[in-house]
Amino acid sequence: MVTYKMKSRNSKCQVKIFSFLFTALMLVMPTGCSSIDEGSGQAQPGQEKYIHLATTTSTYDSGLLDFINPVFTEETGIAVRVISLGTGAALESGRRGDADVLLVHDRKAELELVEEGYFTDRYDLMYNDFIIVGPAYDPAGIRAANSITGAYTMIAGSGSKFVSRGDDSGTHRMEKSLWTEAEIETKGRDWYYSIGQGMGDTLRFTNEVLGYTLTDRGTYEATKTNLELKVLYEGDPALYNYYGIMAVNPSIHPHVKYNYAMEYINFLISDTGRELIEAYKINGTKLFFIDINID
Amino acid sequence: MSQLVEGVLEAFRLIISLDKDLLHIVFLSLRISGLSIIIGTLLGVPLGALLGSKSEKNTRLASKLIFTLMGTPPVVAGLLIYLLLSRMGPFGILGLIYTPTAMIIAQVTLATPIIAGLTMVGVRSRGKEVVETARSLGAGASLITWTVIKESRIAILGAIITGFGRIIAEVGAVMIVGGNIAGQTRVMTTAIVLETRRGNFELAIGLGLILLILSFFINSFLYNLQKGGRSN
Repeated sequence: MVTYKMKSRNSKCQVKIFSFLFTALMLVMPTGCSSIDEGSGQAQPGQEKYIHLATTTSTYDSGLLDFINPVFTEETGIAVRVISLGTGAALESGRRGDADVLLVHDRKAELELVEEGYFTDRYDLMYNDFIIVGPAYDPAGIRAANSITGAYTMIAGSGSKFVSRGDDSGTHRMEKSLWTEAEIETKGRDWYYSIGQGMGDTLRFTNEVLGYTLTDRGTYEATKTNLELKVLYEGDPALYNYYGIMAVNPSIHPHVKYNYAMEYINFLISDTGRELIEAYKINGTKLFFIDINID
Repeated sequence: MSQLVEGVLEAFRLIISLDKDLLHIVFLSLRISGLSIIIGTLLGVPLGALLGSKSEKNTRLASKLIFTLMGTPPVVAGLLIYLLLSRMGPFGILGLIYTPTAMIIAQVTLATPIIAGLTMVGVRSRGKEVVETARSLGAGASLITWTVIKESRIAILGAIITGFGRIIAEVGAVMIVGGNIAGQTRVMTTAIVLETRRGNFELAIGLGLILLILSFFINSFLYNLQKGGRSN
C-alpha cells in the first residue's frame, strides 16, 4: 500500500520535473548554441568578421568608441568587440593574446612592451588631459595653484581627502607618478584613499566624501550631471594623457587577427578616423584631441 | 530619492518599449544561467545524493570541501577560469575566453557545489530510511541513489533555486571571463555595473528591477513545482 502510494506521487512529480527541465532546455538550447561556438579561432568565409579590442574604461565609458566603431564596421564589415578594463589589465590581456588590438594610455609601458615584442605597429593616436576635481568650496585652495605639483602639495598639506583609483589603470599610474614628482609619500596616510575602482566609481566616491581626485576629462564630462564635483585644477602640460593604438604581435600569438587589427588601426589613424575623434563631444565639450606633438 | 523614482520609471519604460538591445541582454542572461543551472544540476544532484546516502563518517572530508566551495567568491572562480581559458593558459588553444561558453563554465563552477551541498544535506536528513528500505528490497547502488534523489526532490528543488539565484545575480565571474562585450557577452549584471560606472543610475536601477522581476517569476514557477510535489 505504502509503496504504491509513494510510486504514484513520484511519477507525477517526475513528470513535472522532467517537463520543467525540458521546457528549460528548449528555452535555452536553440539560440544558446548558435552564439556559443562563434567565439573561437579565425573567421571563416561567411562567418561574422570581428576583432577583440582591449581598451580602457575612459575611451569606452565616455562613449567615444560607440561613436566611432559603427562607422568602421559599416566600412569594412569587421565588428569590434570591446572589452573595457583598466590600462594595466588591458595590457596584460593583450600580452596574453586574449585581444587582437589595444587602445590604452600608458605610453612608457606601451613602448616597453613593443620593445619586448608583445605588440607591434604602435601609433600615437590621440590625447586628452587630466584634471583635478573636488568640492566647489575647495578646502585646500588649489584653484590658486600654479602647477600640478603645487596643487598636490596643497592637498597633502591641508589634510583634505584625496581619492586614488588604486587599480593600476593608466589614470592611477599617472596619479602615482605625479605624487613622486611632488615628492610626497602617500602610503599609509589617513587622508589618502586608495579604493581600487574604475573612474566612474571613483568620481562617485569622491563626491560622497567631499574629497579630491585626478580624473580624465572625458569620464568627468560624461558623468558630471550626477556629481557636485567641480574642476579645480587644469592645464599643466604634465597632465596630458596620450593614447596609443597597437596590434598584438602575430609572431608571438599566431591566432590573433592581425589583418583585421591593422585594418582597424589604419582606419583610426586615417583622416576619417581622426575627424571622428575630433568630432566627438559630450555636453558640447570636445574630449579627445589628435594634433599630437610629443617630445 | 528622485533617482530611485526615475529608476523605477525607467524600468517600466524599458519593459514597455521592448528595446532590442535590452531583450538581447535579458535573454543572454537567461540562456547562460539557465544552461549553467541545468549542467550544474546534472553534476551536483548525483554527487550530492551519492555523498548524502553514504555514512556521514566516510564522507566527512568531501562534505567539508563542498561546503567550502559553496562559498567561493564569484570573482575568484572567474579569475581561475580566466587563467585556465586565457590564450596563455592550459586550455587557451580552445579560444573560449570572452565567449558565452566561458561564462557558462564559470557559472557551472559556482552552481555545482551549491546544488551538491544542499542536495547532500537534504538527502542525509531523510535518506537513511530510504536507503535501508531500498536495500532491504534488494536494490543495487545506482538504484538506491536514484530512489534517494526521488525521495528528496523537495530539498533538491530548493538546492536548484538557491543555485540559480546565486548565478543569475552574480557579476564578478562573468565580467572577467566574458569581458562584458556589447551584444556578445553583456548580461544584466555586467550591464548594471557598466551603467553605474557611466553614471546612468536610472538605467542601472531599471535593469536591476527587471532582474528582480524575472527572478520573481522564475522562483514562483519553481516554488509552485515544489509545492506540487508536497501536496499530493
